[in-house]
Amino acid sequence: MPDAVLRGRAFKFGDNISTDHIIPGKYANLRSDLPELAKHVMEDADPTFVDKVKPGDFIVAGKNFGLGSSREHAALVIKMAGVSAILAKSVARIFFRNAINQGLPVLICDTDKIGAGDEIEVNLSESSIIDLTKNTKLTFGKIPKVMVDILNEGGLIPYISKHGDFEL
Amino acid sequence: MGKTLSEKILGDKSGTDARAGDIVIAPVDLAFVQDTTGPLTVRQFKEVKHGILANPQRTAIFLDHAIPSPNRQLSNDHQLLRRFAEETGCQIFEGGSGICHQLVAEKFANPGDIIVGADSHTVTAGGLGAFATGMGSSDIAVVFALGKTWFRVPETFKISINGKFQKWVGAKDLVLHLIGVLGADGATYKALEFDGNAVANMTLPQRLTVANMAVEAGAKVGIFPSDNITRRYLAAQGRGSKYQALQPDADAEYERAIALDASELEPMVAMPHAVNNVNPVKMLAGTKIDQVFIGTCTNGRLEDLAAAAAILKGKKRNPMVRLIVAPASQQVLSKAMRIGYIQIFVNAGAVILPPGCAACLGVHQGVLGDNEVCLSTANRNFKGRMGNPEASIYLASPATAAASALTGEITDPREVA
Repeated sequence: MPDAVLRGRAFKFGDNISTDHIIPGKYANLRSDLPELAKHVMEDADPTFVDKVKPGDFIVAGKNFGLGSSREHAALVIKMAGVSAILAKSVARIFFRNAINQGLPVLICDTDKIGAGDEIEVNLSESSIIDLTKNTKLTFGKIPKVMVDILNEGGLIPYISKHGDFEL
Repeated sequence: MGKTLSEKILGDKSGTDARAGDIVIAPVDLAFVQDTTGPLTVRQFKEVKHGILANPQRTAIFLDHAIPSPNRQLSNDHQLLRRFAEETGCQIFEGGSGICHQLVAEKFANPGDIIVGADSHTVTAGGLGAFATGMGSSDIAVVFALGKTWFRVPETFKISINGKFQKWVGAKDLVLHLIGVLGADGATYKALEFDGNAVANMTLPQRLTVANMAVEAGAKVGIFPSDNITRRYLAAQGRGSKYQALQPDADAEYERAIALDASELEPMVAMPHAVNNVNPVKMLAGTKIDQVFIGTCTNGRLEDLAAAAAILKGKKRNPMVRLIVAPASQQVLSKAMRIGYIQIFVNAGAVILPPGCAACLGVHQGVLGDNEVCLSTANRNFKGRMGNPEASIYLASPATAAASALTGEITDPREVA
């Protein structure tokens, strides 16, 4: 289960960050070498991201984050970079499932209220986001129960390994 | 209250009432991966405790994204997938058989089926009346093991298309226009359901083109009712007995209704770097291009090649433009050879690639150089998509692509045909 309280800095991105921004198809040859693949995370959106991001930090994006390919590697390399959660105004469907299946929380909120570099604290059990830099509080949208359960087990594979089946 | 196509299929399969917003668990008729999502799926599957393949005959691997393999790592990924098929008895389609979505249409998809694939364009099979949607590797690994998965029953947008297409205007122009209307996230989590007399007259391959791009508006599925056109296609593919009539109820509830007049449409182009950045070809006429790519799961079918061949017949590509053609499957390639389309392309100066995804995703076979411009019949033009973030991609129909290959600039097919 992800920690109930997450803390880190906000890395801001705009609308429609596609899976090709997150991890381009041209690196298909690295998909069986995840540490090598992860060096290219967000490369076509911000080539400096990989060097700046620290464990616990947040990706804070606009609308329709993760549109495009079904490649779960997109969620995987973001998690491998140490990102503790993705905050976005909205998220593409396949990416949403993939992130939750990797145990990476995706929280839907009004990200315009968060500034680049702001210190953020997310409390998953209280459904709150606090911008410590601005001293403001945001709430995030409800996640379907099946996804909360998967998230609580750390992802879909551990969930199914433990329960043997889906439990609605 | 009546039901939409999605509510009907998910209800039938899950044995529940299945209304929009419900979460259901439903058995899956086909689960598949391709060579760039398959290796992770196989590894995830092996991590599922007690995981054995639920239905080897309903599990398929398609080698299509990087074939023949351009490098050692991808060759090793292909080996891993071949070994998995040997160990489990699942179906495998070797490189050159075709693009997964085309092969799913040719060999598997039937009206009323639930199909999931580790590829976002799995929605293509909606053209045959299947509830078909893309998922990631973990989800597909679990379907491999359990034969089922969970779905949120989507709300539906009804897209009614009436009227007759003008000559040289077709399914691709329609769906580009529709995505322009909806926006890149206008249908996120929703089902698009098509109807109207233009849909009833649309060939099955044209329906596959429209369904294929539903995901570019964020949709979960793009689904067509089944009819005699569906029946004839299935019969021609040796699956006539799999036909079932599938129509939404007259009193089904739709979240939104959009009506389009096919007769008003003209050739359309999506401009860099977003699929919903759509304009009529005439607004972009004269834009210089370096490469034309005709193929993909969107537009690599026989009638797409027919449209391109009709324009290219007896002519040569502009010497400043590279022309690449990749048929969507072996079946398409064989027919295109017999009819003579391939010879027309060769005479026009085209490079013919094996059936597969080819240049579409930037792995090989047509990676763009810095500041180069490609006009492609594919479904995505995101920055970096064709292997270079410094390049630009325009999306259009096979007819527009062929016309532009002749002139070296974006050209309305009606001007050269």
